[in-house]
Amino acid sequence: MSRIKDKFQELKRKKQKALIAYLVAGYPNEKGTISAVRGLVKGGADIIELGLPFSDPLADGPVIQNASYLALRKGMNFEKFVSQVQRIRKETQIPLVLMTYSNLLYRHGYDKFVSMVKEAGIDGLILPDMALEESKDFVDAAHRNGIDTIFLISPNTSPQRIRKIADISSGFLYLVSVFGTTGMQQQFQRYTSDAIKNAKKVINGKIPLGVGFGVSNPDQARVILQNGADAIIVGSAFLRILEKTPHEKIEAKIMSFAKNLKKATISK
Amino acid sequence: MKLAYPKNGKFGEFGGRFIPETLVPAVEELEEAYLKFKDDSDFTSELDYYLTHYAGRPTPLYFAKNLSKAVGGAKIYLKREDLLHGGAHKINNTLGQALLAKRMKKKRIIAETGAGQHGVATAMACAVLGLQSEVYMGYKDTQRQKLNVFRMKLLGTAVHPVKEGTQTLKDAINEAIRDWITNVKTTYYLLGSAVGPHPYPVMVRDFQSVIGKEILTQMKELEKKSPDSVVACVGGGSNAIGTFYPLIDEDTDMFGIEAGGKGIKTEHHSATLAVGSKGILHGMLTYLLQDKEGQISDTHSIAAGLDYPGVGPEHAYLKDAGRVKYDTVSDNDAVQGFLMLAKQEGIIPALESAHAVAYAMKMAKKMPKSKTIVITLSGRGDKDVEVVEKYLSENVKNKG
Repeated sequence: MSRIKDKFQELKRKKQKALIAYLVAGYPNEKGTISAVRGLVKGGADIIELGLPFSDPLADGPVIQNASYLALRKGMNFEKFVSQVQRIRKETQIPLVLMTYSNLLYRHGYDKFVSMVKEAGIDGLILPDMALEESKDFVDAAHRNGIDTIFLISPNTSPQRIRKIADISSGFLYLVSVFGTTGMQQQFQRYTSDAIKNAKKVINGKIPLGVGFGVSNPDQARVILQNGADAIIVGSAFLRILEKTPHEKIEAKIMSFAKNLKKATISK
Repeated sequence: MKLAYPKNGKFGEFGGRFIPETLVPAVEELEEAYLKFKDDSDFTSELDYYLTHYAGRPTPLYFAKNLSKAVGGAKIYLKREDLLHGGAHKINNTLGQALLAKRMKKKRIIAETGAGQHGVATAMACAVLGLQSEVYMGYKDTQRQKLNVFRMKLLGTAVHPVKEGTQTLKDAINEAIRDWITNVKTTYYLLGSAVGPHPYPVMVRDFQSVIGKEILTQMKELEKKSPDSVVACVGGGSNAIGTFYPLIDEDTDMFGIEAGGKGIKTEHHSATLAVGSKGILHGMLTYLLQDKEGQISDTHSIAAGLDYPGVGPEHAYLKDAGRVKYDTVSDNDAVQGFLMLAKQEGIIPALESAHAVAYAMKMAKKMPKSKTIVITLSGRGDKDVEVVEKYLSENVKNKG
């Protein structure tokens, strides 16, 4: 039914965890995003998150803020995003998740926005500023259009609330690993492993758990997965590669970094 | 029409709580503390003490005889929030929230500021109450309000210039929210306007409602009736909602004045309610200045404190309900209001408040002498003299 669900089932059979990679659509430019997607697919990424940039990304740290700002300045918009997704879909059936902020959906109308991106080939949506209490219209629109709603939880989310959020989530549940915005962390603290274990216990196998915000290398990925996560989500580290790579090398560089991360998701 | 404590923070369809999950426990903790203390007699009497003896309340309601005569029409009164400690209404809210933060055992306070008035008021409240404070301010605003940056530093506050985005108030709020997400356990976010996720719009309104309550009492003493009209400037809208809310059930016409900048047909203004559309920003559903895709627009106003692409959700509600009329005043007219009040009454208003002055002058002309208008003079204009000087010299140049 859902490409995301199928992917997690396939990985389970293979005894692997998922590598989810995040890119900002239109960064470093439209061509660059396509090359990066190719590199991710060849490098073994399991799911790709595409960020539709917003002018005021208040859950994001400096790397994604900067990428969003530059993508918007180069003219990225909804129409271009949709055609970029269509183009990617011609090349690959990899699950594609759209991450953006609530206002862009609200402005188009939830139904219209969701049906357009679904038709283009998006499988799920992540909105970091969409709280449980405000989510009814969005979730209804997503259900009507058969698209997954991936909600976020945080290390300070109570078990009772995790249960409620898991109930309206599909595809996977996104655990924010740290108190902070997106970006690279030097080292994870104890509370991150506690949060993963706690969330796994509460959701009790009902939905896969992805962990992101701050995961940037294979060692960190292993720590996260050893604590029970079903997926690691890596964003800023990929964008940092794009920051300094000339176009003709993007595909190869992204591929080799993805390969290293993917290895961490395969149990020996 | 008065919504004392709207369920889930919803003013009709506006308001609410659109925030990253990390902030949910913090906002819930804040709401719980606010509900616990807002009517607690120890809390209210401590706040009253500081408002009276530290900030200088009640502020006068001054009959602007010269201005009224020069304009020729209704009697114009000025609610002198500019006389408060720090020079603006902002201290009403910062004292309230800082006292609440203390009761919540939060020792680190963060705030955003546009013109710098909320930053200064935060710095003052934190200094006197023994709290540590840090203020985010758009880089562009730090350049045009240098005096306030230095004042904050003198008061012991660290000022962080924000170089992201448009480098103004909205970006300062983004950065303060990012700090809050990162330091959520230890930090209290002291938001300065009636915006943001619930319960901020309600709480800030409540702390600012002292303005409207005093206007009502003072007008009943001076004129034996509530005012016929009140006028206040609207950026995020804290002085305006503090003025309007206690008067909602009175027979008073209310006017909220936004920054018309270089004209609302240009792209250089901050007239959110006049020409904006509904959207979600900074945790709330409200009117926004945005493009057709939902990207937030760059705004402009000669008054840094009005330079914001959103507006408090209760204003959005009062606009749609038709209870308050929202209109705009251009940069140029605001400067004329600024000059007129200085010349006629010897009062230099903040450029933000000068928008309300300019609008009230136009209104007063068309009203009989028996009618009254109260202008909320939200702040004093010392911070703006350089900006006005520059504006005047450039305009003379342009004409020459």
